[in-house]
Amino acid sequence: MGLAVKQTEPVSAYGKAMDEAVDEVFRLMMGVSCESMEDCPIDEPETISAVIGLAGAMSGVCVLRSGEQSATRMAAALTGIEMASLDATVKDAIGEICNMVAGAWKGKLSTLASSCMLSTPTVVTGTNYQLHTQRPEFRMEHYYRFGGHNFSVTLVCESMQ
Amino acid sequence: MSEIAALIVDDSSVMRKIVERALRQAGLAITEVYEASSGVEALDVLRQKRVDLVLSDINMPNMDGLEFLRQMRAQQLAPDVPVVMITTEGSEDHVREAIVAGAQGYIRKPFTAEQVKERVLPLVGA
Repeated sequence: MGLAVKQTEPVSAYGKAMDEAVDEVFRLMMGVSCESMEDCPIDEPETISAVIGLAGAMSGVCVLRSGEQSATRMAAALTGIEMASLDATVKDAIGEICNMVAGAWKGKLSTLASSCMLSTPTVVTGTNYQLHTQRPEFRMEHYYRFGGHNFSVTLVCESMQ
Repeated sequence: MSEIAALIVDDSSVMRKIVERALRQAGLAITEVYEASSGVEALDVLRQKRVDLVLSDINMPNMDGLEFLRQMRAQQLAPDVPVVMITTEGSEDHVREAIVAGAQGYIRKPFTAEQVKERVLPLVGA
């Protein structure tokens, strides 16, 4: 996992909370486990990114990004319906998974649970794109493996209050 | 067990189906499911349909779940119908705000069918 931190917040707590949140969502809502990895590049050309905005005590975004195969498998696990492509249902499902991960993550942090609000999800699909933010306070990216495919959850903090 | 008409309010159609599935897995005799993707739509449903149970998300565009609940109670729409919030916002402050607005129950996402059973069955007399 890559970390670039310059403040004195307990970043280890943020990372640990993220791993626990991902595990909780996958286990409770999808009945599956996913493995936390040190590095797990997404090697599919078509990718999907769900973005949840954070506001209040922390401003920033939480981004769940995966390839098409991983996304359709996640959506199938969540809905119980096999998906063939990145259709509207898959996009909805990935948005909801990111929403639940972000909510579970902040709920584990006493400084953020009631003072950091979440936006509704925005979902982006396409090939060869990158998400950029200007001058983040810190950025934390964690990688996971699920059903033989990879996905990442990135937290970008623009400011802390 | 009494037959239940449920209103499920969430901007995600996937989540609406998941909530319906959890209600059925919890053993509720669901005979009718009405869906709404916003608080505004949900108020329209309540003006036209009879429901026995409402489950609502909080974070939604076009009227969030708390405002929907306040409007529902203020307009005396289904005044005796229990409302359970199902949401990612699970802090004590959010729960307190929902109860003050008129909710009878609160379930935090992610959830299990068992949690739905524990929170919802007592409210519908099952």
